[in-house]
Amino acid sequence: MSIDIDTARKVAHLARIRVPEEHLPELAQELSNILTFMEQLNEVDVEGVEPMTSVTPMRLKRRVDEVTDGGYQDKILKNAPDAREGFFAVPKVVE
Amino acid sequence: MLDHLEFKAPEPKVIAGAKSDWELVIGLEVHAQVASKAKLFSGASTTFGAEPNSNVAFVDAAMPGMLPVINEFCVAQAVRTGLGLKAEINLTSAFDRKNYFYPDLPQGYQISQLYHPIVGEGEIIVDMGPGVARRVRIERIHLEQDAGKSIHDMDPHMSFVDLNRTGVALMEIVSRPDIRGPEEAAAYVGKLRQILRYLGTCDGNMQNGNLRADVNVSICQPGAYEKYQETGDFSHLGTRCEIKNMNSMRFIQQAIEYEARRQIAIVEDGGEVVQETRLYDPDKGETRSMRSKEEAHDYRYFPCPDLLPLEIEQAWVDDIAATMPELPDEKKARFVKELGLSEYDASVLTAEVENADYFEAVVAEAGDGKLAANWVINELFGRLKKDDRAITDSPVNPAQLGAIIKLIKSDKISGKIGKDLFEIVYTEGGDPEKIVEERGMIQVTDTGAIEAAVDEVIAANPEQVEKAKANPKLAGWFVGQVIKASGGKANPKAVNEIVAQKLGL
Repeated sequence: MSIDIDTARKVAHLARIRVPEEHLPELAQELSNILTFMEQLNEVDVEGVEPMTSVTPMRLKRRVDEVTDGGYQDKILKNAPDAREGFFAVPKVVE
Repeated sequence: MLDHLEFKAPEPKVIAGAKSDWELVIGLEVHAQVASKAKLFSGASTTFGAEPNSNVAFVDAAMPGMLPVINEFCVAQAVRTGLGLKAEINLTSAFDRKNYFYPDLPQGYQISQLYHPIVGEGEIIVDMGPGVARRVRIERIHLEQDAGKSIHDMDPHMSFVDLNRTGVALMEIVSRPDIRGPEEAAAYVGKLRQILRYLGTCDGNMQNGNLRADVNVSICQPGAYEKYQETGDFSHLGTRCEIKNMNSMRFIQQAIEYEARRQIAIVEDGGEVVQETRLYDPDKGETRSMRSKEEAHDYRYFPCPDLLPLEIEQAWVDDIAATMPELPDEKKARFVKELGLSEYDASVLTAEVENADYFEAVVAEAGDGKLAANWVINELFGRLKKDDRAITDSPVNPAQLGAIIKLIKSDKISGKIGKDLFEIVYTEGGDPEKIVEERGMIQVTDTGAIEAAVDEVIAANPEQVEKAKANPKLAGWFVGQVIKASGGKANPKAVNEIVAQKLGL
């Protein structure tokens, strides 16, 4: 599968990564190479094989329904570029 | 036992356009906040109204290196909800990331279950009046994280973000497009809310946003929907628009009504409906396109690498099933079949689980379902409404009301005195039986005493006696006088008989 320049531009935009127009052909080519490399896996016949989700026989870890965390507004806001009255303050988002 | 009463489907709503008639096809996605103490993947509290950003753990704020750990109780609540909607439970489900950028979503993705939801197909019977109901199929229920809250009106240039709600567990309950009118859509949300509240899996508080709905609306010509039903082919239906984030049943109805008329106008004008997301503005009574966000709706879902598949055991599901309460449909059917209530009264009494519990406690004491239903619905609800009180806050407890009803049933007091007694118990409290004795409210059924009273009234009113003999309808006047003289305590039936006999009627 190959990624064209338009797809590369769209993916960059969705990921909010600014890519200058002149770099797009190179990026598209790199992404295509990665996908082509991975497509080799399609050659393996996996008919009837359960998908492997972990390399160790692990079960999804669970927690009990108890409040054990939170209550540190100062720490949550510590790295915020701007915070006011306990809120993160961000450039206005208009609906 | 029958788990619901028999019913027939309602007629679909028909809207007359300028050129032809149109029908509506509606499907809903309801987001219900799971009633839990802690969030879906963190130990932070879910309490509403806390100081901003105080109910936030590092994992909710998406701090580097933090990993989600699932709250098992939230999983149990989703399973319980699935069982309540008679749905299949998937013993293996999995979490996916839904990627988008917004300031109130610090992770840059929402953890959801697109490909393998925890609950599969179920159904809800939506009551539309006695004997009429719509069977709405449920497509799926999945677990997902809620986003934070953005506040746009606190500053002219900034938006303020509170992450307290970030990561709270939601159940997204998705219906099939089986709903055929605005009233049905509102009734569907009402019925779902009722079931969730019976189950205790969501508090159903729409004002706080704990239950909100996205409504999909399309229009079609009469007959087209039936073709869709036969073939399962969506091309028979019109293009749908999604109205986002509705948290009021009244607004849901208004928005659907407006949206259907908007689509009809477009199609009759030769245009085409564009599939899009819209917002309802209750002030203007119209829906508006959110097209600006459309472009961003490429969520690039993929399995969440932080979470293994969620595997649950059938035995665990069975344990949850063993603790299921009696649900509204079953309760209503039992009230009708075993207690002899009308379907209407049974609906009123089962609407809220607290009402049903109260009523059943009264029946246990009074031993008469119909009489208890009359008293609870007419006297108790009326009186509570007057004081704007909830049933859980009723000054008259079920044992007291049951005792009042027993006194009436055993002819110790008349129905009229019963109402006075109810008012006394309501305002002053106390044991109804004692009050009746202490205040001499017991009904006089002693025929001797009544005869004496009747004789007295007859002797004092010879002119009325002559008139009554000519016109027997006037005997009622004597009955009234005797009951009045007894302070309402004389048994009306006995008085009637004795008056008739004494007047020779």
